[in-house]
Amino acid sequence: MSTDNQALLQVTDLHKHFPIREGLLIERKVGEVRAVDGVSFDVRAGETLSLVGESGSGKSTTGFCVLQLMKPTSGSVKFEGTELTELGREEMRRMRREMQIVFQDPYSSLDPRMTVGDIVGEPLVVHGIGTRRDRAARIRDLLDVVGFNPSFTNRYPHEFSGGQRQRIGIARALALSPKLIVCDEPVSALDVSIQAQILNLLKDLQQDFGLTYLFIAHDLAVVRGMSDRIAVMNQGRLVEMGPAEEVYTNPQEDYTKALLSAVPIPDPRAMKERKELRRKLRSALAEG
Amino acid sequence: MALLDVTDLRTHFFTREGTVRAVDGVSFSVEKGKTLGIVGESGCGKSVTALSIMGLIPKPPAKIVSGSVLYDGRDLTTLSERQLEDVRAREIAMIFQDPMTSLNPTLTIGTQITETIRRHYDVSQKQANKKAIELLEKVRIPRAPERLSDYPHRFSGGMRQRVMIAIALSCDPKLLIADEPTTALDVTVQASVLDLLDDLRHEYDMSMIIITHDMGVVAEAADDIVVMYAGQVVEHASTLELFDNPEHPYTEALLGALPQLEGANVRQGRLTAIPGRPPDLINPPEACRFGPRCRYAGSDDCTVNEPQLREIRRGHWVRSAHPASERSGSRVPEQVG
Repeated sequence: MSTDNQALLQVTDLHKHFPIREGLLIERKVGEVRAVDGVSFDVRAGETLSLVGESGSGKSTTGFCVLQLMKPTSGSVKFEGTELTELGREEMRRMRREMQIVFQDPYSSLDPRMTVGDIVGEPLVVHGIGTRRDRAARIRDLLDVVGFNPSFTNRYPHEFSGGQRQRIGIARALALSPKLIVCDEPVSALDVSIQAQILNLLKDLQQDFGLTYLFIAHDLAVVRGMSDRIAVMNQGRLVEMGPAEEVYTNPQEDYTKALLSAVPIPDPRAMKERKELRRKLRSALAEG
Repeated sequence: MALLDVTDLRTHFFTREGTVRAVDGVSFSVEKGKTLGIVGESGCGKSVTALSIMGLIPKPPAKIVSGSVLYDGRDLTTLSERQLEDVRAREIAMIFQDPMTSLNPTLTIGTQITETIRRHYDVSQKQANKKAIELLEKVRIPRAPERLSDYPHRFSGGMRQRVMIAIALSCDPKLLIADEPTTALDVTVQASVLDLLDDLRHEYDMSMIIITHDMGVVAEAADDIVVMYAGQVVEHASTLELFDNPEHPYTEALLGALPQLEGANVRQGRLTAIPGRPPDLINPPEACRFGPRCRYAGSDDCTVNEPQLREIRRGHWVRSAHPASERSGSRVPEQVG
């Protein structure tokens, strides 16, 4: 864990509500979905905070609101002390050099008509960094760092497997040397043996470049080895937050316990006990 | 006697690029009342194996080029489409990975359950409806009678998978093939669907084949496990035996690569990744298919001759020249860390 206690990112009472509309021509608001409903947390420089929860718990929406890819309904998001929700477009655009995102699906998050080199280099072009030659060198370096053969810069994404594509996505996220990377389910679309490669890569990059991760995932087993701290989300709210070790070995909330008991573990002997535990927790949650 | 006996099954796809040997000599059997787990990564041929058993592979481009699928004494690969239709549902039923796309969005779930019942049994619509309600209650869908007239979009992913299970059970099959039944679902929903399947298996006295990429899922659900790699069975043993004494380097690597909640690899922080990726099945490696990714390969003839599946201990089959128990020195490979 990082010894630097300075919070890189401070999220306070974040809300994101989506209106539910009805009617075809004249739409009216009939209600709202509170996707994120009063979430507060800090992410310290150099650490990994993981947001875990089931689909619909609001974890990805929280990630998008942090990066201002979605405008939060209310609440504050401070990055190195700067309030992001009040920044104008141009200021926010400059701010994005510091914070990047790696998406879940390496099949749909890369433009199929761009070459690998263009994909990785695009952030450099957008932010007007370097000459063409500088950028080409930088692209090769980035691809090399993520373990992708730099001689393939002129190929297209469809020529590569999921794991290789995710490496391209990571190289692109690293292009502007950001401080914070939001990893939105970066391995859930990958096979187990490839998952391990990408998780190890993310860990190495964090060490080498002092990156800070906001790691979003539904798989508690994946999150376990990655995180310094863990925040469990359910229905738009934080249910429990604490050091990873604490949350796993001594969960306080029934919801966290239920999530943990649902993870299939590769130990056939533990099966019976866990089934029993799950049954109890299900009925406890149903009553509560 | 085994309920299902698959012997040397080979299903190849004939494409413009060449012949894809998706399933290349797979053998296993499923005992009555038992669950067999088939584990492997995408492209290892586990789903094509299941589809071949059901006679559901697209022909062309696919073709079963050799092997037999003996079910109850009959070879399913020789049956006509008409005969297969009777086998499906009545004898062998299947549920698929994606509950979002396997139901017809334009028909109520009542219609979809009863059409299966009425296709296979001579009953009135009223009787079929009654049976459908019973089935929905069996798979623990609340307010079953009302939900019969709902369309699939009104059900969540977990609930849709329950509807699929209800349809699969509607004709009392003796064997249920579940192809990644919980992969698209949240962990908590996955757990409840797996628990449900296990309860129903006992209740209906069915055998089950559960296909998954998740070692955790087979550990929970299966009595016996087949590990597949690149179209072949690389290891086959009872669940306890396989987890206690994994023999094949690939099985060991899969277990090492798995992020876990508990156990040795949590603390160590780094996962033991398997380098490279699975081979192209148009031109698989000539000798051992795992060879290029295997940490033990190269020391002998396994790079020249293809290892055969052999019984290393009673009931424990492995296809490798370097199973764990035959390596010199430490029986357990040293951890990378």
